[in-house]
Amino acid sequence: MSGYSDVLDSKVPDGPMAEKWTNHKFNMKLVNPANKRKFEVIVVGTGLAGASAAATMGELGYKVKAFTFHDSPRRAHSIAAQGGINAAKNYQNDGDSVHRLFYDTVKGGDYRSREANVHRLAEVSVNIIDQAAAQGVPFAREYGGLLANRSFGGAQVSRTFYARGQTGQQLLLGAYSALMRQVNEGGVELFNRQEMLELVTKDGEACGIVCRDVITGEISSHTAHAVVLATGGYGNVYYLSTNAMMCNVTAAWRAHRKGAMFANPCYTQIHPTCIPSSDPFQSKLTLMSESLRNDGRIWVPDNFDEVRAAGDIPEAERDYYLERKYPAFGNLVPRDVASRNAKTVVDAGKGVGPLKNGVYLDFADAIARDGEDTVRAKYGNLFDMYERITGENPYKQPMRIYPATHYTMGGLWVDYHLMTTVPGCYAIGEANFSDHGANRLGASALMQGLADGYFVLPYTIGDQLAGKLGSDPVPADDPVFKDAIADVNDRTNKWLSVNGTKSVDHYHRELGKLVWDYIGMERNKNGLEKAISEITSLEEEFEKNVRVLGSADTLNQSLEKVGRVSDFFGLAKLKARDALVREESAGGHFREEHQTDEGEAQRDDENFSHVTAWDWNGEGEAQTEHREELVFNEVPLTQRSYK
Amino acid sequence: MNLTLKVWRQEPGQNGKFQTYEAPGISEDMSFLEMLDVVNERLIEDGTPPIVFESDCREGICGTCNLMIDGKAHGPEKATATCQLHMRKFSDGDHITIEPWRAASFPIIRDLAVDRSALDAIQEAGGYITAPTGSASDANLTPVPKEAADSAMDAAACIGCGACVAACPNSAAQLFTSAKVMHMNLLPQGQAERWKRTENMVETMEAYFGSCTNHGECHEACPKEISLDFIALMNKDYVKSKIKNRKLSGQS
Repeated sequence: MSGYSDVLDSKVPDGPMAEKWTNHKFNMKLVNPANKRKFEVIVVGTGLAGASAAATMGELGYKVKAFTFHDSPRRAHSIAAQGGINAAKNYQNDGDSVHRLFYDTVKGGDYRSREANVHRLAEVSVNIIDQAAAQGVPFAREYGGLLANRSFGGAQVSRTFYARGQTGQQLLLGAYSALMRQVNEGGVELFNRQEMLELVTKDGEACGIVCRDVITGEISSHTAHAVVLATGGYGNVYYLSTNAMMCNVTAAWRAHRKGAMFANPCYTQIHPTCIPSSDPFQSKLTLMSESLRNDGRIWVPDNFDEVRAAGDIPEAERDYYLERKYPAFGNLVPRDVASRNAKTVVDAGKGVGPLKNGVYLDFADAIARDGEDTVRAKYGNLFDMYERITGENPYKQPMRIYPATHYTMGGLWVDYHLMTTVPGCYAIGEANFSDHGANRLGASALMQGLADGYFVLPYTIGDQLAGKLGSDPVPADDPVFKDAIADVNDRTNKWLSVNGTKSVDHYHRELGKLVWDYIGMERNKNGLEKAISEITSLEEEFEKNVRVLGSADTLNQSLEKVGRVSDFFGLAKLKARDALVREESAGGHFREEHQTDEGEAQRDDENFSHVTAWDWNGEGEAQTEHREELVFNEVPLTQRSYK
Repeated sequence: MNLTLKVWRQEPGQNGKFQTYEAPGISEDMSFLEMLDVVNERLIEDGTPPIVFESDCREGICGTCNLMIDGKAHGPEKATATCQLHMRKFSDGDHITIEPWRAASFPIIRDLAVDRSALDAIQEAGGYITAPTGSASDANLTPVPKEAADSAMDAAACIGCGACVAACPNSAAQLFTSAKVMHMNLLPQGQAERWKRTENMVETMEAYFGSCTNHGECHEACPKEISLDFIALMNKDYVKSKIKNRKLSGQS
């Protein structure tokens, strides 16, 4: 396979980088205010991206239908983001700018994102803060009443805005309140407890969705001129991750099967500071905000068979490995670097804790320097949470941390308009692939979700809709909807009739182990090939031996899960193939065969400066690989160095 | 550890009853919900439909989990949602009673899952500051005194789980509503709609929930320890909303 694909037109506008978005907004077609109410738009998912997009399009006058499988939009997993949101406000006068945020994000993504998208993200970042503050998001303030900032995730400037350790919650409540205002005013119709199980297309264009009411089991069709997927990432393919229990890839995967190409599924962010798992029935991993790395020092004992308590190990017998290897950034190296180094020392047998599966994050120096009260004021919530989960007091002994799957940079391929390769179907937030390249910087996920939802999609969607003026949506009794409903019912009946012996969770756990072992923090050719064959045989067993009790016409959590896990199997195989063909290391994708002499990720810009996007070819057929070339005119390609 | 669980089971449209399940071999490092996961996995292997309970983030922030454990909303540990409760808080041989949220405004869907959409109705009635996308001025043009921002944040920390309602002998939703109302009423951005918001949210609350008689059980059960002060502040604003001449509300 060589060369770049004609089918992937990024639609990046011409002109100087800093003027692209402004000019493009002028050049796009507009829908006049009186005509907006003639267009129906479906938004699936009500996290930061979905809620902000639905609210904003409702304000503009579109007829919006918002779907969530939760009981309330505010439960979406954006709510769990702790640390903060970046914006190029330069309120701290420390030299930040749109260009610097753009530059840092492209570099941090290890040069595998699309420059024009990232620049637009940096441009609108400043509007997000204004918007959120106007909605009443209680950001941290200085005593004078102005907004406070902190440095976060290895940034050299203080550009992160935050609301204690609950920034995601507060931003989501802001977007949710804007959404509920639109629900109240009739601009948005809200569908709770509806899980999207099919994207419906007619003549290759998106025309609606099929949903299952998770309470009654009723299957329903919903029609629209455009469908927006804001359904999050695929991190739960690992079973154990920091994602919520219900996070899944189903909406994106169903769209993929209808022609939306899936881009860069090998890129997954493994977050360095999570609480290590403690028993085989662990259901999820809990993140400890990486702001802790501002004051905590990471170390492991020098001795392989260390049995002493952390406090009894003398300074000389400790290895502060990040400070040793990366003197310039120390404990604040980016997430991918911190995670891989933790794996290296734990794999070497220096892990700490009862299962020897963690490293220490030690606050003893910070407490000695600043006092326990200061540390408590900064991190009290996090320390309390750690103690609730582990039963250990981090003021008295170091925390134990280990990396865990946290965020997925890959996702549905989208052009500059955030439209997938299915016309009329858009993907925003974590569900798309576009802005973070191979590695996402801290405090950038909230920024991207809200940028897409408040300030990008509501403009770009008009360009497509304007051409549809005068056309009604495909009616719900069209054969395409009947076929989609039949597909959903067939799958449901299939799962309910297997009547095997093992629970869905059993297979999800087994799948997760394979994906973690072979497509986790380090990958190699043999392992990836093995992953594909083992995942395939596990999937065969799953289809023959899974047990889903109960019926389809009521709340049935096993039935919900079995469909999601089935889609994870498909995604897992594609992820392995994607990792296999990317014969380089970049960001969250580390191929053992491709590393520098010092063990750092070695990119191959000559051969791999592209997005890999996979095109569905039907059940049982391998997807076709397409490539979108990535050109770097503004940010010179360099080896990332944090020494 | 070995436990005996008394769990409320209820099918849609039918009366419910307690079922007893043995839960042997539970690790004290498990969370309460992981313990229920294990019980469910065993039930499935035995051919018994698993216990329906809701949870999502399992880190105490989404507000989905909602169990009455031994008669207490979210169980015995203070300031802790069900999902963050761990089995080390229990002892070998314990008998544990598990029920859904108790409140007529939260009808049971199945087993331990309840319908909390009444909380969304309160939010929809006015839990927002009207600021259409694109209309905002620079964020630093509106300084917010730190104490006011911190207090608004204390209210905004509410996760909307409904434990306050479940714990209240009257099934009142004053703590939830006051947290939502005061988050916005305490901020300069929230002043323009302050009286209308308070009136609409309080009256919507009254339409769904019982009345507050100052027991304070809500605060005791709240996983985020939302202060009762917000109820007092909301009540004050509600009274004012009835007498304020809103034509004059542009005057300071």
